[in-house]
Amino acid sequence: MNFPKIQTRAESEWENLQASLYILIGTATCGRAAGALNTLEAFQAELARQKTSAEVIEVGCMGLCYAEPLVTISKPDSFRVVYPNVTPELVPRLVEGYVLGDDPCLELALGTLEEDEEGAPYIPELSRFEHERRIILAHCGYIDPQNINHYIAQGGYRGLDRALAMSPPEIIEEIGRSGLRGRGGAGFPTGKKWEFCSRAKGSPKYVVCNADEGDPGAFMDRVILESNPQQVIEGMIIAGYAIGANKGYIYIRAEYPLAVDRLKVALGEAYDLGFLGQDILGSSFNFDIELATGAGAFVSGEETALMAAIEGKMSTPHPRPPYPANEGLWGKPTLINNVKTYSYVHLIMEKGAGWFSSIGTEESKGTAIFTLAGKINCAGLTEVPMGTSLQEIIYDTGGGIANGKSFKAVQIGGPSGGCLPESLLNTPIDYDSLREAGSMMGSGGLIVMDEDNCMVDTASFFLDFVTKESCGKCTMCRLGTLQMLRALEDICSGKGKMEDLDNLLELAEDIKAGSLCALGGTAPNPVLTTMRYFKHEYEDHILRKQCPAKVCPELTAYYILPDKCDRACEHCILTCPTEAIKGEKGEVKHIDQEKCVNCGTCLEVCPPEYNAVVKLSPVTSLPPEDAKAKERGIAQGVLG
Amino acid sequence: MTVTEKDKLSEVISKCKPERGNLIPLLQEIQAELGYLPQEAMQEVASFLDIPKVEVYGVVTFYNQFRLAPLGKHHVRVCMGTACHLRGGKLILEALERELSIKVGQTAPDRSFSLERVACVGCCMLAPVVLIGEEIHPKMTPFKMEEDLIPYRQEIDELPENSN
Repeated sequence: MNFPKIQTRAESEWENLQASLYILIGTATCGRAAGALNTLEAFQAELARQKTSAEVIEVGCMGLCYAEPLVTISKPDSFRVVYPNVTPELVPRLVEGYVLGDDPCLELALGTLEEDEEGAPYIPELSRFEHERRIILAHCGYIDPQNINHYIAQGGYRGLDRALAMSPPEIIEEIGRSGLRGRGGAGFPTGKKWEFCSRAKGSPKYVVCNADEGDPGAFMDRVILESNPQQVIEGMIIAGYAIGANKGYIYIRAEYPLAVDRLKVALGEAYDLGFLGQDILGSSFNFDIELATGAGAFVSGEETALMAAIEGKMSTPHPRPPYPANEGLWGKPTLINNVKTYSYVHLIMEKGAGWFSSIGTEESKGTAIFTLAGKINCAGLTEVPMGTSLQEIIYDTGGGIANGKSFKAVQIGGPSGGCLPESLLNTPIDYDSLREAGSMMGSGGLIVMDEDNCMVDTASFFLDFVTKESCGKCTMCRLGTLQMLRALEDICSGKGKMEDLDNLLELAEDIKAGSLCALGGTAPNPVLTTMRYFKHEYEDHILRKQCPAKVCPELTAYYILPDKCDRACEHCILTCPTEAIKGEKGEVKHIDQEKCVNCGTCLEVCPPEYNAVVKLSPVTSLPPEDAKAKERGIAQGVLG
Repeated sequence: MTVTEKDKLSEVISKCKPERGNLIPLLQEIQAELGYLPQEAMQEVASFLDIPKVEVYGVVTFYNQFRLAPLGKHHVRVCMGTACHLRGGKLILEALERELSIKVGQTAPDRSFSLERVACVGCCMLAPVVLIGEEIHPKMTPFKMEEDLIPYRQEIDELPENSN
């Protein structure tokens, strides 16, 4: 079948769908975590009970994770309504109200997808979307990721059709002019990478998609693969044609089973319609894509380590040069790009380099995708033009800090990135501004911390992650990070000395210099940025044995205020997992600090009308006897 | 290995092409069937692919996904991603270690529970998150964790081999 025919068929299928009544349910991993499959089942059962034939379609994620499970009801003769947090209990109401009747249940709605409907906001005008510019997330959550015709009807595969009419050098030129830079984190110009690979001698050549998204707190690649996998496949086919490769691999984490399943279906569909395989769209170009599932190693995200993993070896990086463009998979020229990078390609082909480069800043073109998480009101995914400020993303898109707490820091880029303070919230998001601030774009995980988070503990958390995930090849990364972690743990437990800070800085420089790959090369960043912007917290831990955020267990104690304790209540006694709380009925309750493991259950269960449990730091603010008991407990190792 | 395990192993291996590049997918298949990678299985794989045993062992111990021992009936995974850490993930892990009397990475002697830490399961808005089997337990606290374990414990107690 030629492309116009495929397009016509897809468009008529889409039009028929629009002329019918249908329900979209977001069943990506985030939706499922919030119970979307129960909601789906409830809809199917209710529709069957009411003998109604509305189509229920499982879609991906709109990026509004805080509102999952998310349901959209689309009626041909009326407006489309999006409902947040749809539990199975709400389903009969929605079916009765809007599927069967004329009541759109606007009191339950997040908004509508058509303008000028009274009673509910127009979704694209929600403050959350004020700064957004959705390009590669545009169709996520609106189309069926398991139906290639939905993708084609939205303009999918037009880019490939156009690319196949161009010569490979013209395509590379176009990608180069667009200013697209690699979205894996380092920001290398994509056009240049393609050019190097196309010029490299050797055959066969390979195209690899890096979907080994391992940063804790970043999940946009998963969302793209679960919501719109065809755009990644299309980008890879165009890349294959441009550099002269006939084989592609998608290396994806095994921890993303749903993304793997949806990709498998998507690949099968692309083969069925002739976008993959032999003689693609009659162009005599052949291209195949194979899936390689990772077995769980953070370092596999590094390109040379990733290739070792595809070859079935231990995933350790090797020195560059030779770069993968010259000697990659099985020693052959290999192009490696990230999921997001490939996602932009078809749009640049379809709309032109000028269109893409008109978005963003001088040096960083296009959009950036971030996952928002941590102490923020509206966690989820956002796509904004490069150059948008952190302030705008956190406060406008993310809805600000949760529970009325105050902002302390934002961590960008996972274990390779850094923590930035409030004074840098005006930093525009682009590769170079973030690097200047000591952080990096990295994978795009953006995690917000509030007053209750300890910066030394946070630095220690990332170092702990790195020591576990270091592949062990380079001594500085394997042992240097461990030394840094030990120093941080000492500081957190009140055993730190001021000279530890100098040692940390020295080690950081040595680890950066002595590591082959970016895992080690950027591992000290979380420590360096927290020391740069939150040095006073380190000093409080060392000099005053105080954890200002009251997080570090050795420096923090739970205490029951005698004048607030309602003597008759026994919530804390009954729930304390280590039986550390004493006090007969009618007496003030008291925590035996020697037994207390700092789990915080007493604070959680103490009824709000009493609010008798507090956290104290330093522990010397306890009554002297209690402080001594705490010391004894620490010496016995109760804090684990 | 039991006889059934051996049969399953031969079946999986018989479906695979003896190419070096197939090592990881083959190990994944075997683990999917058996639940873990017994020593004999690794030896079989080495001779099937004609590579040194140490290379197989190296790969198995390098990647987090592979296990040398079977899991408990209820496999508990504690998310230790950044968002979960900031909301007290470590306290949840400590609570589970305390409640189940096993350390992270271990399986209880009666194989009732096993405990593992994982780096981000990708639902940061529900932090801190624990997975028991495939079931997600969102927004945990040490106290809620204790309560959520009760039905799983009852299920173990009600197993025929545990009822006296």
